[in-house]
Amino acid sequence: MRNAINVEQLSKKFELGALSQDTMLRERLVKFFQGPFKKRVDENQIIWALKDVSFRIDEREVVGIIGRNGAGKSTLLKVLSKITYPTSGRVSVRGRVASLLEVGTGFHEELTGRENIYLNGSILGMKKKEVDAKMDAILEFAGVERFVETPIKRYSSGMRLRLGFAVAAHLDPDILIIDEVLAVGDAGFQKKCLNAMEDLRSGGRTVLFVSHNMAAVENLCTRAIWIDDGRLREDGPVQRVIESYMATFASSQQATTDLTQVESRRGSGEIRYTGFEFLSRDGQPLSVTRSGDATTWRFHYHAKEAIRYPFFGLRLFTEMGTLITETGTWHHGIAIPEIPPGEGHVDLEIDSLNLMPARYLLTIGISGEGFHVYDNLDHCARLDIEDANIYSSGRSLNTYYGIVFFPQRWRLTGIPSITHQG
Amino acid sequence: MKSESMSELWRFRELLYFLAWRDVKVRYKQASLGVAWAIIQPLFTMLIFTLFFGRLAGVPSDGIPYPLFSVCALVPWTYFAGTLSQAGNSLISNSNLITKVYFPRALLPAASALGGMPDFLVGTGLLVVMMFYYRVRPGWQVLLAPLFVLGMMVLVFGMSMLLAAMNVRYRDVKYAIPFLIQIWLFVTPIIYPTTFLPKRFQKILALNPMAGLIEGFRACLFPNHHLDWTLIGTSAAVTLVVLVVGALYFRKTERTFADII
Repeated sequence: MRNAINVEQLSKKFELGALSQDTMLRERLVKFFQGPFKKRVDENQIIWALKDVSFRIDEREVVGIIGRNGAGKSTLLKVLSKITYPTSGRVSVRGRVASLLEVGTGFHEELTGRENIYLNGSILGMKKKEVDAKMDAILEFAGVERFVETPIKRYSSGMRLRLGFAVAAHLDPDILIIDEVLAVGDAGFQKKCLNAMEDLRSGGRTVLFVSHNMAAVENLCTRAIWIDDGRLREDGPVQRVIESYMATFASSQQATTDLTQVESRRGSGEIRYTGFEFLSRDGQPLSVTRSGDATTWRFHYHAKEAIRYPFFGLRLFTEMGTLITETGTWHHGIAIPEIPPGEGHVDLEIDSLNLMPARYLLTIGISGEGFHVYDNLDHCARLDIEDANIYSSGRSLNTYYGIVFFPQRWRLTGIPSITHQG
Repeated sequence: MKSESMSELWRFRELLYFLAWRDVKVRYKQASLGVAWAIIQPLFTMLIFTLFFGRLAGVPSDGIPYPLFSVCALVPWTYFAGTLSQAGNSLISNSNLITKVYFPRALLPAASALGGMPDFLVGTGLLVVMMFYYRVRPGWQVLLAPLFVLGMMVLVFGMSMLLAAMNVRYRDVKYAIPFLIQIWLFVTPIIYPTTFLPKRFQKILALNPMAGLIEGFRACLFPNHHLDWTLIGTSAAVTLVVLVVGALYFRKTERTFADII
């Protein structure tokens, strides 16, 4: 089998200084007069988005690329799509490439749906003849037949998205490079997209797929490449790579988690989480959490200075990266006028943790007004929910039956032959 | 290497067409007067020039009625000025495309140069009407006119590759372009004929590629005007130099566009 993609010792460097300050001619001139022969490169300003990455991808392989935010996945896709160029190393790509780093690239507000299909299709490398032939199928897939002649500025964001994906789904490339396009859209449309991607795969194409949704990666791909801090950390069968990737997020559930040493955090840091505790409702540490438990989650913080109007929040994910819920003081409309400098904690009281037994991950954050991020820790704690006799039936439940359950009862009083049950 | 990029441009010719088509469509959809602008601009500029330069200042016009004299230059000039400012900003105004998808970046300035053509053709209508009005019947030389238009397209393409690529790194260029065009108008024989200047200035004027292209375009509309081949030849040579310099600078910088735009 031939290599569709061959990457050898690929590195990509960004010089932050060169991006921001030098872009004004004036600064460049001033620097020139200060010392025309000095070469100024501040080592602190250099970021290696990719460092010595090598791999080969065979024709017809479907490969997932996983890694944390900012690990270099998107840069890798951009280099493979020829949008940006490597600082060193070699990349060779064989065949017709379509890269979907965004849905609906080049859409213009003033143009109609039909006109945008031509424009977008042509930007993604389709010939006019191809678009002509596929026009009806594209419109049907997007479900916007009635609005063909309407400028897309009148479209809802959902319609736009569907239109963009519909064009993409009708591309006919040898190699398809996709970045996180499934992260948006309603469930029905997502399913349509996944089906379309299945078709692409069974059509014998080489597919590169970046996503944070581990379930989608596992479902679509046979192989995964894990990029961590610009380097290739692991490359192999999809299940194995996902497992080792997920294992880095948190060790098993502990009643108390120390967050002071966590380095993979974002935010300006005026206020930071220092620790996290799973407690029972009477304040005792919980090392085991069971389905349906009443529990208190305590978040400890340290503020370096007085913080005005912060919001505390969390997001709960399945192990495969699907968001189950997000909640925070913002959602509850709680305004905290000021937090004095020093230590403190906030508690989240949960009356009934309606999760099926499985492993879950927590992302926590503190933000301020205008979406300012003080502190954000992705997947910093692991929550293991143990089986409990939630329906009092003695039957064991697990994720085979879903992710969540509702407090509930069945009534059979409507069946005539049964009297007075339950 | 060179031929590789040429064949790539050829492979992407449909995208070139669609980008130019988008520019034209959007321009007409957004303006309520739409295509009328292609007439209004040269028409009103002509009226003002005729009043101030033709009547009040008494600028000579090579024996042609001043309104006709100036409109012959204003129609191609409107094309040149309009497309140059659009093409010079074509990379930064399409940054969303540059960071999300691959295609030869030179398509963007090229599409702007091409997208000005419909307006130019409509403006030519004004020119034809004025020729009828003044009962000027062009000779065989009029067949040369498209060559000068082609020359202007090449010049716009070359200039805008240079300007657009600089614009990505130095946003000052965006503000310099209108200024550049304003100055350029006065050093091009639009308001006045080349013969209006002293001989030694005429030589310097020839270094402005628009001088030969505009004079040539105007001269070939009138049967008894001779074409100044020295002037035209110089302008053609400078146009080619601009094209080569623009293309080289563009090639040198285009790899970094997506990173710094």
